[in-house]
Amino acid sequence: MFGLDAKDTRLVLIVAVLTMLAPFILNPFPEGSELAQFNAGYPDLMQRFVIFGIFAIGFNILFGLTGYLSFGHAAFLGVGSYAAIWMMKLLTMNVVPAIFMAIVIAGIFSLFVGWISLRRTGIYFSILTLAFAQMSFALAYSVLTPLTGGETGLQPKMADPRILDGSLAEGTTPRANLFGLQMSSSYELSVGGWLFTFNAGYYLAAVVMLIAFYISIRIFRSPFGMMLRAIKCNQQRLNYTGLNSKPYTLAAFVISGMYAGLAGGLMVAMDTQVGPERMFWTASGEVVLMTILGGAGTLIGPVLGAGMIKYMENIISKINSTILHEWFYWMPDGLEDFVVAMIYPFIGKGWHLTLGIMFMLVVIFLPGGLVEGGQRIARLFGKGKKAETDEGGTKPSSTPAE
Amino acid sequence: MDAILLQILNGLDKGSAYALIALGLTLIFGTLGVVNFAHGALFMLGAFCAVTLNRILTLSHEVVDETRTDFLGNPLKVDVPYVYDILGEAAGNAVIDWSVPLAILFSIPIMIGVGYAMERGLIKHFYKRPHADQILVTFGLAIVLQEIIKYFFGANPIPTPAPAAFAGSFDFGAMLGFDPNTIIYPYWRLVYFAFAMIIIAAVFAFLQFTTFGMVVRAGMADRETVGLLGIDIDKRFTVMFAIAAVVAGLAGVMYGPINAPNYHMGMDFLVLSFVVVVVGGMGSLPGAVLAGFLLGILESFASMAGVLEVLPGINQIIIYLVAITILLTRPRGLMGRKGVMED
Repeated sequence: MFGLDAKDTRLVLIVAVLTMLAPFILNPFPEGSELAQFNAGYPDLMQRFVIFGIFAIGFNILFGLTGYLSFGHAAFLGVGSYAAIWMMKLLTMNVVPAIFMAIVIAGIFSLFVGWISLRRTGIYFSILTLAFAQMSFALAYSVLTPLTGGETGLQPKMADPRILDGSLAEGTTPRANLFGLQMSSSYELSVGGWLFTFNAGYYLAAVVMLIAFYISIRIFRSPFGMMLRAIKCNQQRLNYTGLNSKPYTLAAFVISGMYAGLAGGLMVAMDTQVGPERMFWTASGEVVLMTILGGAGTLIGPVLGAGMIKYMENIISKINSTILHEWFYWMPDGLEDFVVAMIYPFIGKGWHLTLGIMFMLVVIFLPGGLVEGGQRIARLFGKGKKAETDEGGTKPSSTPAE
Repeated sequence: MDAILLQILNGLDKGSAYALIALGLTLIFGTLGVVNFAHGALFMLGAFCAVTLNRILTLSHEVVDETRTDFLGNPLKVDVPYVYDILGEAAGNAVIDWSVPLAILFSIPIMIGVGYAMERGLIKHFYKRPHADQILVTFGLAIVLQEIIKYFFGANPIPTPAPAAFAGSFDFGAMLGFDPNTIIYPYWRLVYFAFAMIIIAAVFAFLQFTTFGMVVRAGMADRETVGLLGIDIDKRFTVMFAIAAVVAGLAGVMYGPINAPNYHMGMDFLVLSFVVVVVGGMGSLPGAVLAGFLLGILESFASMAGVLEVLPGINQIIIYLVAITILLTRPRGLMGRKGVMED
């Protein structure tokens, strides 16, 4: 279907079904029950799942295929966000031009950054991208304040021109919409104790993610994708065969930059405000982590990683000591206090500590990420039938371009 | 003229910090071939060694002071640090006042321990892994270290004052024949600069004039051959990692009075230090030191009011701009050697 072989079609269909039914799947516990805090089926979080999924899919096209580790991808996300918010301020609150513009501007910016950074490889490349990202962050914070709003960031205001929308009625606030359908509008379905929320913004983002996912599969399977893998395998040998690898890496860089811009545009479509902090280099580190955690170089890995991290971030930072005491109430008092005290540093505000530890454990023990973990488990049970679980078609190779 | 002199002086202290961190980074990179993203965290750990020592010294117990009374006429309770009991009040006060310099002694064993544990426990397993993996695992370690510090010390900067003897400023202008008060410079920054120079000289002397240093240099040039000669080069490289950790830690200890330590100071310095290493030339120790001071001074020139009028915001990005220019025109950096990290 759509030029994919049977296995990939199945993968796309599975992802499609999962994203479309996400409001059900992510809400397995009834409202008001003790486990309801583990529900993830509310719009804000689901939107973040798919948007960061897009971001990570794009990053994976660069890092997973070519092995070039960019430490500045958040800059493209930020640039895309700023482009989108300016479209909303100047043209219309419709999200289509905003998202389109986000992709275009991020693409142009990544073309510029990539053109310079890709002259070097390995660690130099990482540091160059990092330098560009930090520069954009510093500029957005200080000199470019008229353009970026500085520390306060940007949001649509009543006084903005918005040429296509015409003037708004008094007392209304400008809201992001898709040809009149407001992004924040939701349909709530109550079945028994369960409450399912179907949010327009989420479905827009989910559909966009499916398209992005489909394109990434096509890239993985294309001759272009093969070239990128060849670069990761052995760039020198590729050069010796008389091929110039630069156009390929640059194309991969720009494509992944455009994915980041798309994610940035969607973020603005969901929540119409932008601040420079989303360009900070730790944000770049986060997308690296998502890709690694899921499995770099695999198709489904980045999406899994993004979902996993955003879910854990949300849930873990919500837990506090009261909840912990509730969980362990069945223990003897002294032991309960001890267990709670042991876990406490890792939850709530300690989320970053958990993240860091997880990061290290994954890189140390599971360089192929969750996908590799799944494969290992499947191999353990399926003794010998390992071909079935090979999702990306390639095993993550341990020799990136340097 | 005096403005230029002032900016050079201002750049020296930041440049010293850059140079010390970059020196450690280069030591690790040159010996072990590992890209250590946790090096900024070691700098931060050093700063918090000073904070910890200060806290230990000021640990107090309550004593009823019979000679003084509060407004109700009751004897006043005062907090007396335990140090007073041991050393007497005058000496105790002096010790607390000098807690930052004393922390140098306190931090050396700690940093050696941390460095040794880090190399043996984690980095060792990453020699053969790609640079990307090394970057990622040390990045994770940096997050963990800084979150641990945040858990124990909180998120706010903790002021750690320099000894009272160094509290004032030095009037360079008067000494050099300019008007008084045109070029004034805090004493502590002079101390920091001198301290950095001593450390740098010590590291170079150690590498240049001792047998151990000679073996290490040989190992940096050709690890395999040194191994074939029957020398356990890994053991010596571990020691070098510990030394690099100590250098970063000491840079942090002494930086406390200049900028109050907070848990993310390491990350702030790390990115810039990497840029410094790249500008200086990967694996080149003199290059790292030179680039550290150069960039520190450049940064302070870029923040002059006159420059900012012409090029607003240049002080924020000058270092990155220089790095990009250098990488594109002199890919090996200012003093990089052939054959080190050539793809």
